[in-house]
This record gives sequence, structure tokens and C-alpha cells, in this order.
Amino acid sequence: MTATPAKVPETADEPAPGPAPASKPAKVPHGHKRLLTRRDRLTLGLMAGVPTILHVALVWLTALASIALAFTTWNGIGFDSIQWVGLQNFRELFTSNPQFWPAVEHNVIWFVVLIVLPTPFGLFLAVQLDKQIRFSRVYQTAFFLPVVVSMAVIGFVWQLVYNPDTGLINSLIGANKPGHYIDWIGDPDLNLWAILVAASWRHAGYMMILYLAGLKSVDPALREASALDGANEWQTFKNVVFPTLRPTNTVVLVVTIIEALRAFDLVFVFNKGAQGTELLSILVTNNIIGESSRIGYGSAIAVVLLVISLAVIIPYLIATFRKERRA
Amino acid sequence: MHDLSPSGVPFPAPSRRTLLRGIGGATLLGAGIPLLSACGGSGTAADPKTVSLGSNSSDAVPKKAFAEIYAAFTKKSGIKVDVNTKDHNTFQEQINSYLQGTPDDVFTWFAGYRMQFFASKELATPIDDVWQKIGGNFPEAMKKLSKGEDGKYYFVPLYTYPWAVFYRKSVFAQHGYEVPTTWDALVALCKRMQKDGLVPIAFGDKDAWPAMGTFDQINFRTNGYDFHVELMAGKASWTDAKVRKVFDHWTEILPYHQEGAVGRTWQDAAQTLVAKKAGMYLLGTFVGQQFTNKADLDDLDFFAFPEIDPQFGQDTVEAPTDGFMLSKAPKNKAGAAKLLEFLGTPEAEQIYLKSDPNVVAASTKADTSSYTPLQKKAYEMISGAKSLTQFMDRDSRPDFTSTVMQPALQNFVRNPKNVDSILSSIERQKKTIFASS
Repeated sequence: MTATPAKVPETADEPAPGPAPASKPAKVPHGHKRLLTRRDRLTLGLMAGVPTILHVALVWLTALASIALAFTTWNGIGFDSIQWVGLQNFRELFTSNPQFWPAVEHNVIWFVVLIVLPTPFGLFLAVQLDKQIRFSRVYQTAFFLPVVVSMAVIGFVWQLVYNPDTGLINSLIGANKPGHYIDWIGDPDLNLWAILVAASWRHAGYMMILYLAGLKSVDPALREASALDGANEWQTFKNVVFPTLRPTNTVVLVVTIIEALRAFDLVFVFNKGAQGTELLSILVTNNIIGESSRIGYGSAIAVVLLVISLAVIIPYLIATFRKERRA
Repeated sequence: MHDLSPSGVPFPAPSRRTLLRGIGGATLLGAGIPLLSACGGSGTAADPKTVSLGSNSSDAVPKKAFAEIYAAFTKKSGIKVDVNTKDHNTFQEQINSYLQGTPDDVFTWFAGYRMQFFASKELATPIDDVWQKIGGNFPEAMKKLSKGEDGKYYFVPLYTYPWAVFYRKSVFAQHGYEVPTTWDALVALCKRMQKDGLVPIAFGDKDAWPAMGTFDQINFRTNGYDFHVELMAGKASWTDAKVRKVFDHWTEILPYHQEGAVGRTWQDAAQTLVAKKAGMYLLGTFVGQQFTNKADLDDLDFFAFPEIDPQFGQDTVEAPTDGFMLSKAPKNKAGAAKLLEFLGTPEAEQIYLKSDPNVVAASTKADTSSYTPLQKKAYEMISGAKSLTQFMDRDSRPDFTSTVMQPALQNFVRNPKNVDSILSSIERQKKTIFASS
């Protein structure tokens, strides 16, 4: 990098295409003219090189390092305290960590709930709004608003709703007295669902916008044709509109999977992933961040999360590339 | 505690370690260390008239109180204190990389195992020379708390506060309750309070640490200080019948605790005591912060957790202590030593207590005449104790307490019937954590 400024004046001396041949015509070989000057190559080299180095260092090296660390114990202090332990972290994770399997289960529940409830609801909203009903812009804005708000803020807002002592729900239905007390945040049978309501509230708006964009691209001639054929509204939707939404559905599926795997902020704000709301991402954070961290163990959990992500992403990529090749 | 000593880990020459640490900062940990060092250095390198100080006192009350101490020091010595305040929790989470990067000369920290951990990792400088000058200001228990495992001093304590059972005098007077001194009396009082329509014991464990305080109290009352220390150090077994007995006692009074504890913060639980809906609350004296009305605060009182086994009586007091340490390579060591000396004087403590009356001085020399009745009582309780504990997450490995004990105790509070499987799970996880360096 330090050589760069030194080379700049040199390259400036021989700007190839323009006036250069006029002043030193002998030096420029005619016949095979270079397409790129030195400066161009340098610029291109930097433009491609710097991001590549950053990408390799910040994405690949860190990912590989955390895979390697998954087979060690390390408290984060000095590199000499890293000790290889082989598969011990994983063995411990699968057998004796009481939070691990609940966390896997909750990530799966998170995905299933998002795909079963808010996604069809988002589609429903999109179809209604697509009909150009009155005030459709207002509805659109209202439903999309939660998507604009950060997950952490949503967590704070819903905490006010769910707070067992002073929250909106318990105050309204009087469930904050001893004897008939609903602990929305602390009860492991309730809190995950309580949070999922908040997550769905946001996800539905997100899905609505995606589907709305998809619906805009449905050719009105198709609908017209099916109307002429005597199909009712539901038949049109089922047999004509929905099949044309196929590309949107793929995007929706991928987005929902990603949302389920990266679920973190909402829960962390809500109750830090305690009792009933454990998630893999939160276990990773709890083990790695802190004053004396279990970096090896936390990395092992991160590797599990990575494997699950790859199991989802690889088939998707294969399918996508196959489609492109066919096209 | 032997697990933490560096003896088990082969240390190569320091130069290589430093080098590796540098590489580590740049590559593996990504942006973490450079960011931290950016706020650590403050650009005042090697100025003999300035000492840099990393502070976790981000709350308004302590921040102002500390600022007044530093101002007094500057006035006295002519040395400026360059304070670098970070959010309290962030400071704790980043302490590891902070101390390995370019930390400030002096930093705020906690006594006990948490201090010893960093001392044993050579991330702090011993300050025996400072203690030669300030040693006379502190009682024996405080000296013990300020030493590393190698017997050298690493810590200057500033203030401390006890954990106890808090109650409102007016509520006790109204119903004719008496302060329980034995376990049976406590249980009987809980029953009476319940009959009178009160929540006997306020409880909020959403932040997962308050339940540790309850465990600590029942454990050292049931099994004594020595067993508590052994258990915290990972030496005693969690499946020991003694530990089981602690949970049996806890199970006995758990039904008298406030319902839905896992979903409630300690602040909300304290509000039920403020509102006279709860009869008692086991917490540190910082519960007073929730009593914003002066009349309510004057009505607040506390008693030591009742005796369970007469053999141990009430001789142990849980008293977390906060103070200062010297980082591994301070830029201005002489100035930092002067600052630490000043922080170890009764004068500095009095300046602090004037602004933050929820804690008491660590020094026995500090003037107690301006103490509130609560502070006086807290001071007596601590100075009369045979042994002082810190708190579970200060007396044991923080990685163990945060990843194993916090969820386990929340689980117990929800399902006291599962105690056996919870305890064997704790023991299994404890073994692997304490076996690692």
C-alpha cells in the first residue's frame, strides 16, 4: 500500500490514449495497444483486492477460526491458554447442557410459527390491499410500520404490554393478583408464544410488502381471462394468481428461514433467553461475551448454528443455480 | 481456586505472548480490540501530570460522587484524572479484551474471585507499596478481600454494602410482627403475613442474579462460610447432601415468595415493598434507591438473614465490595500509585458517601457521624461479621455462574420439585467448566 502514492505520478506521466502519443510517439507500440493503463489496473486491483482481503479476513478467516475454536477451550486471555479438547465441547453440549435442546427446538418452533401464521396472513393482507380498496395506503403503512421499527424497540414495547405486574394485558384482565397470576415473561409455557406474537406482528407486515410487490407483477390479462372463464374470486386466486407468485414464495421462504435462525434481539430484550425462550444465538452470546468467557464452548454452539444454516442454504443455492443454468 | 492459577498452563516467553495477543486482536477478534483500545488510550500517553482511569460508574449518582473524589485528588496533588466512563454492563462484558488491549492506568472493579482471576492472569499490577501506606485504614476482612491468590495486594476497596432482609417498620408495627432471628420464626412470620393478605417475601428474578443472593444466604446459614467458599470454588460437590439441604430449606419458604418471580425485575419487586404489599425483601442495600419518597425511605429497615444452624449463627455477612485496580502496564505508574493511595484514605470514602448514601465505607477510619440510621446499621453488621462473602458471581467463576447457575436457579424457582435433576446437571457442567483453565 505504501508504494501506491509513489506510483501515481509515474502513471500520470503516460496517459495512454490521449495526448501521450503526440509527445512521445516512438515509445508507444502501435499494433497491440493496451486496453488498460497502469493506473486502471491499479484501481481495479484495489477495487477487487481490498474487498477480497476484507471479505476473507472478516468472513472466511473468522468463520474458520470459530470452527477451529469449537474444538478447544479458551477463556479469551492470551493465545497460550487455548487448549485442544477434541469433541468434548460437542459431547457436553449434546448431553449435559440443559439449555441446548430447548434452544434448537425453539428455533424450529420460531420458523414453523412464522411460516404458518404471519406469512399467510401477510399474503391475505396483500391480496386485500391489491384490490385498491379505499384507504389502502393507510392500511399498507399501518401494517408495514412494525417492520421499520428495530426488533429491540419492539421488544421494549411488547414488554410493556406483557409485564405481569403493570403491563397492559394483566391490568386489563386483572391477572396480576396473587392466586390468578399470568406470568407472560417468566412462565416457560407462555413466554415463547408471547414473544412469537410480537415477532409475527412484525413479520406479517414484512410478508405483506413482499407479496404486494409480487401481486403487482401478476398480469391483469390473466385475471381477466379467468373471470371470462367464469372462475370465482377464490378459484382465480388458487389457480391463477397463486401459481404466478412462485418466485415470491421462494423469497418468502428464504427470508422466513433466515428470520428464524437469526432470531435474537427481540428475545434478548424481552428476557435474555431465560427459561422457555432459549435460542441458539442467545446461547452463543451468553457463552462468548462476558468477563471470563467460554469461547471454545460458545464457538461449538455457533458451529451447530452454522451447520443448520448450511443445511438450509445449500439446497436453496443448488436449486437456484440449476434454474439459472436451465434458463 | 487452584484451577485458575496459571501453573497448569505453559507460559512461553512474554514477548511471544504479547506478539500473539497483538495478532489476536487484529484477526480473530476482529473489530473488538481495536475499538476498545481506541477508547482506552485517550491520547494522553506518558503525561506525568495525568492518570487515566477506566470507570464503570455510568449511573448518575455514583458518577457524580466519583467525579468529586477525583477533583479532590487533583486539588491535592496537581495530577489530573482523565476518566473514561463506560456503560456499567458493557464495561463488565468487555473487561477481558479491555485489560488485554491498552487499558487505562487505574480501573474500577470488584473484590473477591473476580479480582483474583485477572490478577492471576497477570492483567493487573500488584500494589503492595500502596498498601504499606493505606493498610492501617482497613479491617482484616477487607485486607483479605484485596489480596490475590499469590498473597500480594491488587485492589483498593472503596465502599461496600450488605445483603439483608428489608422490611417497613410501619408494616411490622401495624401487624405486631417481630424480627425473626431463627428459621422457624421466619417461616411462622411468612405464614402470618400471608394470612394478613401480604406477599410475605417480595421476589424478582428476571435478571437471573437475585436468586443467587437467596442461595448464598441459605447456604452459609445452613452449612457455614467454609463450605460455601469450597462450593463456590468448585471444590465441593453440588450433589452433596449439604447442598440438597439448602434447597430443601429454600423449597420450604418458596411458596411465600412473590408469584411469577422469573418474569419480574428486582426494581418491580422492590415496588411491592414500597407499596406495602410485600412484608419482606431479601436484597442488597441498593434497594433503597427504589424508595424515592423520603418518608418511605425513613420507614425502611432490615435484619440479618435468620439463623438456621446455631453452629454458624449469623456470623457470615454477604457484603459485595467495589474499588479500584492498577492495570498491567500503567503509563503513569507513580501518579496511579498516588491516586490509589488517595482512594484508600477515609477522606476519599467520605466524599463518595456524601453523594451516594446507599452504601458504607470500606475503611474503619471513615467518619460515620453523618451516616443515616440504615448506613450505621449496615456498617455495624459488616464490621461485626466473622466472615464476609461477596456474591455468587463474585465468589465463583463468572462463566460458571452466568451460564450454569443463573438458568439452573431460575429453573428451580419455577419447578422446585426438579431439584435433584437440576443439582446433578449443575454438578456435571461444573466439572467441565472448572476443569478448563
